Amino acid sequence: MSKVLVVTSGKGGVGKTTSSAALGAALAQAGQNVVLVDFDVGLRNLDLVMGAERRVVFDLVNVVQGDAKLPQALIRDKRLETLHLLPASQTRDKDALTAEGVERVIYELRERFDWIVCDSPAGIEKGATLAMRHADAAVVVANPEVSSVRDSDRIIGMLDSKTRLAEQGETMEKHLLVTRYDPARASRGEMMKVEDVLEILAIPLLAVVAESRDVLTASNVGCPVTLHNPHSAVSRAYDAAARRLMGQSPPLEDVLPKRGGLFSRLFGRRTAA
Amino acid sequence: MNLFGLFNRNRSAPAARERLQLLLAHERALADRTDLAAVLQQEILAVIARHIPIDRDKVMVKLERGAHVSTLAIDIEMPEESAAAG
Repeated sequence: MSKVLVVTSGKGGVGKTTSSAALGAALAQAGQNVVLVDFDVGLRNLDLVMGAERRVVFDLVNVVQGDAKLPQALIRDKRLETLHLLPASQTRDKDALTAEGVERVIYELRERFDWIVCDSPAGIEKGATLAMRHADAAVVVANPEVSSVRDSDRIIGMLDSKTRLAEQGETMEKHLLVTRYDPARASRGEMMKVEDVLEILAIPLLAVVAESRDVLTASNVGCPVTLHNPHSAVSRAYDAAARRLMGQSPPLEDVLPKRGGLFSRLFGRRTAA
Repeated sequence: MNLFGLFNRNRSAPAARERLQLLLAHERALADRTDLAAVLQQEILAVIARHIPIDRDKVMVKLERGAHVSTLAIDIEMPEESAAAG
């Protein structure tokens, strides 16, 4: 059974591409056959985060328009043989994608892979709606920050109205992934807590990824963070998220963020009182 | 400022949560109808214009969103003669 997963957020810069790469790699490490599809036509970056930027020959637009066959455009990861990338075009714009063409490519991908992870572009326009269109499940990436949460709410509304599942009267499976979370700042009341974001968006929590320098380091060298530094807190959170997507129940401590150090715990408790 | 106050001054998260809850309650209610104020303004003006001439430049529209009640205020300046005639 193949599953199409869209990683979406509305707002840009919250960690969609990082999360797509990390989740895709974690699923592949768990033995799943995975393809990452970059829907950000014109501003592709998943190739760079995956370290495959010099291996791109054909892209999603070429396949959608029939200029290349799917196997010609798929790039196999050099580290994990069950991980693949279908890059976006860098020179075209989002209008080069057609609903019918995308549907055909997704259908073809379903026959080859267990997981089709669609990295959505920011915004609510054509690229984003096409990325979510054929999804079976969605990972909504949000930062604990007002504009990100507002945009996520908008995207959740679109997942429930503008997708194939919604039009068939079915409910899209939605998961909240909170990223760039700072437990110490949250405990001091400087940042919304995970509970606040959960209460507002009212979709189930997948995992919380704490703010970490490991994310930048991994993208600097073009490697999903789950492969680059598998024992970091960030990677444990993404691994737990991937296992939850696969229907497993990883330990709760991997899903929830650690409290800050002794200092922030001391003062966090005092200010929260 | 004492030590306690020093650590307290950045407690802005509750404000973020409350602002979002208020805003999203409105945005969800207006889903796909975010132009409600514009539609209302147009239809109300059309009704009034049937009876008195309106200078569109002298119409002020104000939408105020409160916690429990929202108000749409449309301020129309009536021409001298129609006000006198009315």
